[in-house]
Amino acid sequence: MKTFHYHRATSVEDAIDAAAQTQGARFVAGGTNLLDLMKLQIETPPALIDVNRLGLDKVERTDGGGLRIGALVRNTDLAADAVVRRDYAVLSRALLAGASAQLRNKATTAGNLLQRTRCPYFYDMRMPCHKRRPGSGCAALKGFNRNLAILETSDSCIATHPSDMAVAMRLLDAGVDTMAPDGMRRTIPIADFHRPPGDTPHVETALKPGELVVSITLPPPVRGRHVYRKVRDRASYAFALVSVAAVFGEDGTARFAFGGLGTRPWRAAAADAAASSGAKAVAEAALAGARTTDQNDFKKVLTARTLASVFRAQEARA
Amino acid sequence: MKFDTPATTNPIDQERVIGRAHDRIDGPAKVTGRAPYAYERHDAAPNPAYGWIVGSAIAKGTVGAIDTRDAQAAPGVLAVITHANAGKLGKGNMNTAHLLGGPAIEHFEQALALVVADTFENARAAAALVRIDYKPEQGRFDLAAERDRAVKPTGDSYAGRPDTATGDFDTAFHKATVRVDQTYSTPDQSHAMLEPHATTAAWKDDQLTLWTANQMIAWSLGDVARTLGIPKEKVRLISPYIGGGFGAKLFLRTDALLAALGAKAVGRPVKVAIARHQIPNNTTHRPATIQRIRLGANADGVIDAVGHEVWSGDLPGGEAEMAAAQTRLMYGGANRMTAHRLATLDLPEGNAMRAPGEAVGMLALEVAMDELAEACGVDPVELRIRNDVQYDPEAGPQRPFSSRKLVECLRQGAERFGWARRNRQPGQVRDGRWLVGMGMAAAFRNNLTTKSGARVGIDAQGRVTVETDMTDIGTGSYTIIAQTAAEMMGVELDDVIVRLGDSRYPVSAGSGGQWGANSSTAGVYAACVALRAKVAEQAGFAVEEALFENGLVRSGNKSRKLGTLAGREGIWAEDSMDYGDLAERYAQATFGAHFCEVGVDIDTGEVRVRRMSGAFAAGRILNPKSARSQVIGAMTMGVGAALMEELVVDKRFGFFVNHDMAEYHVPVHADIPHQDVLFVDELDDKSSPMKAKGVGELGICGAGAAVANAIYNATGIRLRDYPLTLDKLLAAAAGTALA
Repeated sequence: MKTFHYHRATSVEDAIDAAAQTQGARFVAGGTNLLDLMKLQIETPPALIDVNRLGLDKVERTDGGGLRIGALVRNTDLAADAVVRRDYAVLSRALLAGASAQLRNKATTAGNLLQRTRCPYFYDMRMPCHKRRPGSGCAALKGFNRNLAILETSDSCIATHPSDMAVAMRLLDAGVDTMAPDGMRRTIPIADFHRPPGDTPHVETALKPGELVVSITLPPPVRGRHVYRKVRDRASYAFALVSVAAVFGEDGTARFAFGGLGTRPWRAAAADAAASSGAKAVAEAALAGARTTDQNDFKKVLTARTLASVFRAQEARA
Repeated sequence: MKFDTPATTNPIDQERVIGRAHDRIDGPAKVTGRAPYAYERHDAAPNPAYGWIVGSAIAKGTVGAIDTRDAQAAPGVLAVITHANAGKLGKGNMNTAHLLGGPAIEHFEQALALVVADTFENARAAAALVRIDYKPEQGRFDLAAERDRAVKPTGDSYAGRPDTATGDFDTAFHKATVRVDQTYSTPDQSHAMLEPHATTAAWKDDQLTLWTANQMIAWSLGDVARTLGIPKEKVRLISPYIGGGFGAKLFLRTDALLAALGAKAVGRPVKVAIARHQIPNNTTHRPATIQRIRLGANADGVIDAVGHEVWSGDLPGGEAEMAAAQTRLMYGGANRMTAHRLATLDLPEGNAMRAPGEAVGMLALEVAMDELAEACGVDPVELRIRNDVQYDPEAGPQRPFSSRKLVECLRQGAERFGWARRNRQPGQVRDGRWLVGMGMAAAFRNNLTTKSGARVGIDAQGRVTVETDMTDIGTGSYTIIAQTAAEMMGVELDDVIVRLGDSRYPVSAGSGGQWGANSSTAGVYAACVALRAKVAEQAGFAVEEALFENGLVRSGNKSRKLGTLAGREGIWAEDSMDYGDLAERYAQATFGAHFCEVGVDIDTGEVRVRRMSGAFAAGRILNPKSARSQVIGAMTMGVGAALMEELVVDKRFGFFVNHDMAEYHVPVHADIPHQDVLFVDELDDKSSPMKAKGVGELGICGAGAAVANAIYNATGIRLRDYPLTLDKLLAAAAGTALA
């Protein structure tokens, strides 16, 4: 770990001011990803601004009938929140499908959204990686890419976004509330928050330098049956090969979001529109434009089969 | 003491302490943090400096120059060790590649430098400033591509000759009514023990002490001396507590060597751990295998021809994975052949891991047996019973097994598991979204005995102390050794103190190859026999009439307290158990039967083990509690081998890509259901006076094949390329219950 400055922020304004003072400063909350990356020198921020004491740890109703989740609400607490469990069950289920109890106790809502890929070449400093070192190449394109992305990839990067929680957030049309260094507040729709890699895979979100996530806002609940189905190589503590987040409405409509497939949490309007035509049609719509390798081509079949499983369970209840 | 005739009745047979379930005596110290591990010995080596290893970024080639100037100028840095300033280094007998590379680079992540600094963080940060100029060369990293260039290994391994042949295999196989001819593959695997390789080193004048995590003290002591070019007498290894080994810590590794070199350079203690992400490529692993098995049988499934060929790879000078070892002894059949071929690969060093040989050999053989059972229409349990053989089938009836209760394990295991309820037609049983299948496999692991010594003493309080360089890698050695001494000396378990893992103590068997429990306790037995003689003499009793019980030695109506006899001086005795030719005259092995029920998700192909059951015969079970823990751990490793464990080779760069515990999957709690273990009664009088055999590795051998066979029974899909992941199942789903 390289030496860095550490500042424990006392307010949102203090945090933002501190970030503005040091180029490349990073906010740290749970640290479950960033500290690992620093130990490996994949990230070498000159300053860490600890935001754990900013009090952004409440889950509150919004005036519009939605829910505002503080950036620092721990994954464990969010998954256990009574309102979340009742009205946004897919979010609770997605959270509990991720990581381990110990990690969820530390990891925060904003940190989870901002976690970085688990591509093994990103994690190995000796390997070329455009995301880690722009212009150095991509070892994954022709390397071990069995669990890398098949949607919204580029010739620069096929790294999967690893989060389960973010898939549920995408499904629920969350908004990411931020404060910028100039004090401006804005809400970034989750659909625009993560960026596809293109030829700048190191730019992963719409956040500007020094911009702080303060909360995530969910719109009013989506009524229906909430499902999160995660398929992985072992029963727990593994990243998704494919995951499906879904809400089946009582009127026959449904919406879907996917993990394990995209370079960012994936959602396709055409997939939602195909809901009444069944799992196969939804899979085809969701996977339009998929680009696979010999190793990860199975994700297409697995997506269709996971959807079939989800639809079968839904039909059994209907 | 020499063990060259079968054991007769002896004090161990009382089973007053031995053979009973005792909690591990080292347990309280471990769970309360009072058992210091190698990297935590600040008590013994205060004010340590910290070393961080710089591993090679290429797999093969040479180091041009190593520029250490920036690293040396970095905060807190005390020294940077490389081949250029380390002095002349030899190589240990047990090492294939050099532990400090350069100028030649033999494999990826081979240590090329050690940065020593005042803090761990400074050492790690400075390591990133070491600049190495590489001259890469093309290496060989693909076993399948090198298969045709593989050669017969020279010399014998621990598991015997590379090739064996009996009768006329080719003719018998071609004539057989029913034939199975299949090829199986197993990937490279990593030990994945929890404690990394770690050492604290300190010099006092020319005397080196290494607090290190090591399974085999005497082997490694010799290799430290050999590598550093100093006399063995100048080295001390201390390894009382070890956080798992599985074969990874059988040998001297670079943490110990570099800690020693670092400590010498900076004149204070240095500690070095191999970082988790460095372990898979820096240290040893279980090499991948390709295995062809041919079985020829009559219509009733009685085998007449058995052939097993194995291909594996290793660095130049390395050894073959002896995956056909069990096939030489497992089933009858007059016409037999086994062969091992070794390819040269420039991957990291292949070596022993969790039952080397049989663990992967049984993944192939026991699936082939399932295929034969189906081809013959014979129940898999019955097929194995029909092919049981009570003697070494290569040597003939003149070499019987010392004990072999495979059939009892099969029958009792099948009964407990409810094997009779299995539907032999694949793909027929459904439970909700799960296709349910049952599978079984035999278990087999060799029983090796090896010379082992101990020193045993009694003090004035009547307490018995045992000292031996035996190690406890989480297996329960402390406890079974204490049980042995308590049984022999007639004292309670609480009155025994066990000291392990110090090269100042008598040389023991060490921990490996499941030889440790039987061999090390036999060594303690020998020392106790010598101590009993001394005590009897001190008491004025004839030793053959002396009874040791309740802290007394008794003869007729006379008795003396052990503590009184020992007095302030104490009474000590030392001996070792050495073995004659019983292992040549009798085939010695352990046996068992695995049963497994799996569910396969009808849509996604996810495999979940629903229950596992095993019956095992391994001689006297010294401590049923710690033995059960060993066996269920091994069964868990079998599940790992079947379903998920794989070091993925990047054939372009020549390294294992998934080199951390997030990406190298071993089973987690949620993967493992209840595991039922039955020990079948057995005493083996030709194994040792303990009448015990190894048991630690038996549980892994065959467990994965039972999972594979259960998957076949659930789905009708026969996969032969491990691990059996869902993508492989889905690719083969057409026309099956998973379609």
